[in-house]
Parts: sequence; structure tokens; C-alpha cells
Amino acid sequence: MTQEAKKEKKFTMTLPADELMACGHLACQGCGATLAMRYMLKALGQKTVLCIPACCWAVIDGPYPYSSMDVPVYHCAFETAASTATGVKAGLEMTGDAETTVVAWGGDGGTFDIGIQALSGAAERNEDIIYVCYDNEAYMNTGIQRSSATPYGAWTTTTPVKHFKNRPKKDIVAIMAAHRIPYLATASVAYPEDFVKKMNKAKGIRGTRFFHVYAPCPTGWKSRPEDTIKLARMAVQNGYFPLIEIENGEKTTVNMLIKQRKPVDEYLRLQGRFRHLQPEQVAAIQAEIETRWERLLKAAA
Amino acid sequence: MKKVMMGNHALSYGAMLARAQVVSAYPITPQTQVVELLSEMCADGTLEAQFIKVESEHSAMASCIGASVAGARAFTATSSQGLALMHEMLHWAGGGRHPIVMGEVNRAMAPGWSIWTDQNDSLSQRDTGWMQFYCSSNQEVVDTVIQAFKVAETLMIPAMVILDAFALSHTYEVVDVPEQALVDKYLPPFKPAIRLNPADPRAFGGLTGSEHYMELRYKLEKDMEKAPALIEETGREYEKLFGRRLGLIDAYRCDDADFVFVTSGTAGYTARVAVDELRASGVKAGNLRIKVFRPFPYRQVREVLGRVKKAAVLDRNCSYGAGGIFYQEVKSAVYSSPGMPPIFGYIAGLGGRDIMTDSFKEIAAHAASRDRADEEIVWIGVKK
Repeated sequence: MTQEAKKEKKFTMTLPADELMACGHLACQGCGATLAMRYMLKALGQKTVLCIPACCWAVIDGPYPYSSMDVPVYHCAFETAASTATGVKAGLEMTGDAETTVVAWGGDGGTFDIGIQALSGAAERNEDIIYVCYDNEAYMNTGIQRSSATPYGAWTTTTPVKHFKNRPKKDIVAIMAAHRIPYLATASVAYPEDFVKKMNKAKGIRGTRFFHVYAPCPTGWKSRPEDTIKLARMAVQNGYFPLIEIENGEKTTVNMLIKQRKPVDEYLRLQGRFRHLQPEQVAAIQAEIETRWERLLKAAA
Repeated sequence: MKKVMMGNHALSYGAMLARAQVVSAYPITPQTQVVELLSEMCADGTLEAQFIKVESEHSAMASCIGASVAGARAFTATSSQGLALMHEMLHWAGGGRHPIVMGEVNRAMAPGWSIWTDQNDSLSQRDTGWMQFYCSSNQEVVDTVIQAFKVAETLMIPAMVILDAFALSHTYEVVDVPEQALVDKYLPPFKPAIRLNPADPRAFGGLTGSEHYMELRYKLEKDMEKAPALIEETGREYEKLFGRRLGLIDAYRCDDADFVFVTSGTAGYTARVAVDELRASGVKAGNLRIKVFRPFPYRQVREVLGRVKKAAVLDRNCSYGAGGIFYQEVKSAVYSSPGMPPIFGYIAGLGGRDIMTDSFKEIAAHAASRDRADEEIVWIGVKK
């Protein structure tokens, strides 16, 4: 191999070059949810329809008559991402388009909370849709109120410091796995290659596919916009948000086995929403991560 | 072909003949037979459609909306609590201009639990941007579903085809089932100008500022105002093919009447019998059955009532604090027009209580005993 060829190989693109999300969208600086959309569309391509319920992305896409997407978007009601997508898929099939991928794209509030009934119904029926939850761990679009995805210890405007959230985050992955859907994956904006690879895999599977995507929110987490990728990476490396796949509710794969997991402390300290936590509360969070990690390894064994 | 069928199956046949492509529904008494038959039709290929067996009425309407905006003809059916659960999505279908047709079986709202008929469920949805057709026979149900798709898809406004619980939904009548080839001639395939299409990407229903929102609603109202003429025109077209005219109102013996009942639904058929009996006893009675409640046929109602001396509106519903809902509309229709008769308001038949010919005779006697209608709402057959 010549020197030039070696150099060229070094710069091989690991993600598709196509951009189906244009600039001019309305996201905050450092928005993880925006990166998540961009990576997903790189994998799925032009033949995609998005159903977006009330969530940050209902705004990010742009106001009428604009859209920052180069794919069709249906803005649907808060709790209807899964049910609307179900109808869209049926409607497309009945009008001769069996090829287009239909995606329900909701935040954690629309998925963990108000939309869980429609999601559970669609998953139980194994509707042929991809459901993506971009999780920023609170109702960010309405101004940082707690959701059932908000983790233990976090400040939000409805869990003030004196009464911070004292219940653990709902385990949406376990709930969705219990539906025995063909494919379920977690993904992070810090690991785009992993994300795109999983999305490509999902595209080739029929039935309900669910993605839980970790999407930091500087506005709501009181973190620096430039720390979004750093935080997302730390969450994977400290075991807070493991990258996994579950097929048919049974076969669990851990995509990134971290032998030397870092303490959660540094991750928490970069976010103003955890500033009030005392050492014993940080220790409780660390202990919960350990418990969940052990459980995950057991499931994957 | 003539068939004996229940009102609920008349809805199913209507959807089948209209070649609905996506049916999404959740069971509720007294609607269940509508979706049971459609589910069989989808399973055995009589109807080439996808049947989505959703987990709630809210999801039923959401998936009908998705199917409609993808370009498919969508049908659902519900009743009462199910319709109330759909409320948010009814606004979505109306405001989003998705021409879904829905069978709606009138059932009283809980509490206390009731499965019997009254109109408070559907009339509570009057401001959602849906057309509402109230039927009084199973024949009218089949015919109206077919017509409703035609009108809905022309105007891009959804439509409810409404029938009384049990009094019609579970009552068997002879129905002349329209011939499929003629229905296909009457109702061409649904081809919306814009839809969810990756080759022509568009965003639907995004964030709409005050500089645009009002115009969208203005257009909805202006298109809704086109509906009365379109319903009459498509009703005449229907008559040419099938021999039955479909219109906004059904005026029975009103031409020379002194006194007219204003009715809707199955009570409108009972009223006909009462009219005949009253005429036999010397009262020149008539019956104006209102078929379409939204858009309200103000002009047609005015034309009939302008010729009579008194009118009595029978409401199988109540807007608490304002009385009968049809009564309010009828009063609005005649207000400020010269030469209009006094309009009396009566409430009867809530929660499935029977409305008999005697109920109409009681109403006629009450109206005959006074010269002018005051604001009092008279309850018929209530135990005080």
C-alpha cells in the first residue's frame, strides 16, 4: 500500500454523508436530540416518514410553513406517536408503498408517561414501525418539569432542590423488552457509529423496533453546551446508560463492555441539576448503577 | 339486493361498499357489531383493508388520522365514552382536514353507567370541525356512509354518521344494499392533493403562529359552509343512481301544516306516526326531521318553519344551563327573520327512555295550550 492510499484510508467516512436534516432548525445550543435525529436519518435515508408528537422536536423542526427535514413529517398529538405511526404505516401499505420506514419520534415524556399506552398497544400488536425515544430526562419543551424518566436526585422545576426527585427512573427498556418485540436498542449521541449501525439493523427487521436514545439537554441539565458529547460518553463509560440490544425480548447483547467503569461523581458534577446532592446521595446513585450493571451482565450471559 | 340487517351492520356495509382501506377501532357497547363484521370482512377478503385492533378509541382515531394523511380511506366507529375519549383527536382530524368517516352510536354518558340512547355524546363534539349526519333508518345509515365519504373527501372535512343505540343499532330492517359497481361510480378512490410522501416531503400540523392559525380556521369554516349545497347536490346524484334522495332535512307533511315537530334520529320516525294520528284527529301537524346537525341547515329549517304557526323542538339531549341543543339551533335559525312562529322546546328520552307517539301528543297539547314560547324547557315523561 502506498503512503497516499494509507492516508486516504485513515479518512474513510464511518457514517453516511447524506444530510436529511437541514440547518435552520430551532434547537438550543448543544442539543443532544438534534444530533440523534441527524444520525437516525443518515441511517434510514429518504424513504422515511416521521411522526412527531408534542416534545422539543415539535418546535425544533421549525414553524409552519417551514420544516428542517427533507423527509415528510406529521406533527401528532402528545400521546399518539405510536398510534399515529401505526396508521401511517397501514395507510402507506394500502396505497402501494410497503417500502417506506415509518418512525415515531418522541421525547421521554411522550414515551415513558403520556404515550406509554399507545406505545404498549403498538408493541403488543408488533406494528411495523420504529419508535425512537430521545431521552433528555424531563419535560424540557415545557420548561424542565420532572417526568418518569427523570433520574433519582435530579432538580427540575417541579422537583425543587428541597424536594428533588426521590424515585428512580422508570426502566423503559425492561418494559419494552417485556413486550417481546423483535428489536430493542439503546444508543447515545456520543457513539454515532454504534447508533447508525443499530438503526441500519433495525431498518432490515419487520415489526416493532424500539430505540432508547440518550440525549443530553444543556438547558435542562444546567450543563455547558460544549459538554453534551462528553456527558453522553461519560454516561456510557460509567455504566449509567449502557449500550445494549435486546432481540425478541430475550437475547441481550452489551455492545460496550466497560471493564474499568468510572465513578458517577464527575458526571454528576458537570450538571447543575445535581449540584445539591450530598455524598451519601451520590453513593446511592453509584450503588444503583452497580446493581443495574450486574443485572445487565447476568441477562447478557 | 335486499338484506335484513341491524343498524350496526348497515354501518359495516356502508364502509365495505365505500371500500375503506384502513379500519381502526376499539369495541364499546352498543357499537361492537360494526367492528365485528368489518373484522370478518377484512379477514375473508370481502373488504380489502387493514384492520388495526387498537387498545383505545384515542388510538383508533389517531391511527385513522395517520392512515388518512398517508392517503388511505379510513373508517372507525364508536359510541359515548369512546367518543369522549377521542375528543382531542376529533379536533385533530377536523383541524388537520383528514376526511375520516366514523359511525357513532348515540349512547348516554356515564355516570351512572348507561348503554341506552341519547345524543349528549355526539352533540358534545359539535365544535370539533366534523360534519354530523343523524340517521333514522338502517337504509339511511348505509346510504349516508357512502355519501359522507364523498362529501368529506371533496371538502377534506371528517364526518360522523350517527344512529340511536338499540332503537336503530340493534334493530333489524330491510335494507336495499347498493350495487358495488354503482357505488364505485358514485365514489371514486380517495386521491388527496397532498399526503405523506417521501418523494414530496412536507410537514403537516407544525407549530403555527398567530400570523397563520386564524386563516387555517377561516378556511375550515368557509369549506364547512360549502357543505349544505354539496350534501344536497351529492344527495340528488345519489338519487339518480340508487333512487333514494339524501338531503339536509326530511320534511313530512309540512307543506300545509299549522304545527310542526322538529326532530332527529329515530324519534323522527315515531313523530311521523304521531303526525298521521294527529291529522286523523283534526290537527294539521307535520314533522321536520333534521338530518344534518353540522353544518346546521339554517336556511332549510327557516323555509319550512316560515310557513307554520307553531313549532316544537324535541331534544334527546341537554346542554345543562341552556336546555335542548337542537332547540338552541332552531331558535337561532329563525331569529331576526320576519314572520317566524313561536318555537317551543322539549326534552325527552334521555338515557334510552322511550319516546312514544303519546310523547308527541303530549307535546302537541302543551304547545296548543299557549300562544307564546317562554324560556321554559319542558321535560316530557320525567318523574318530578
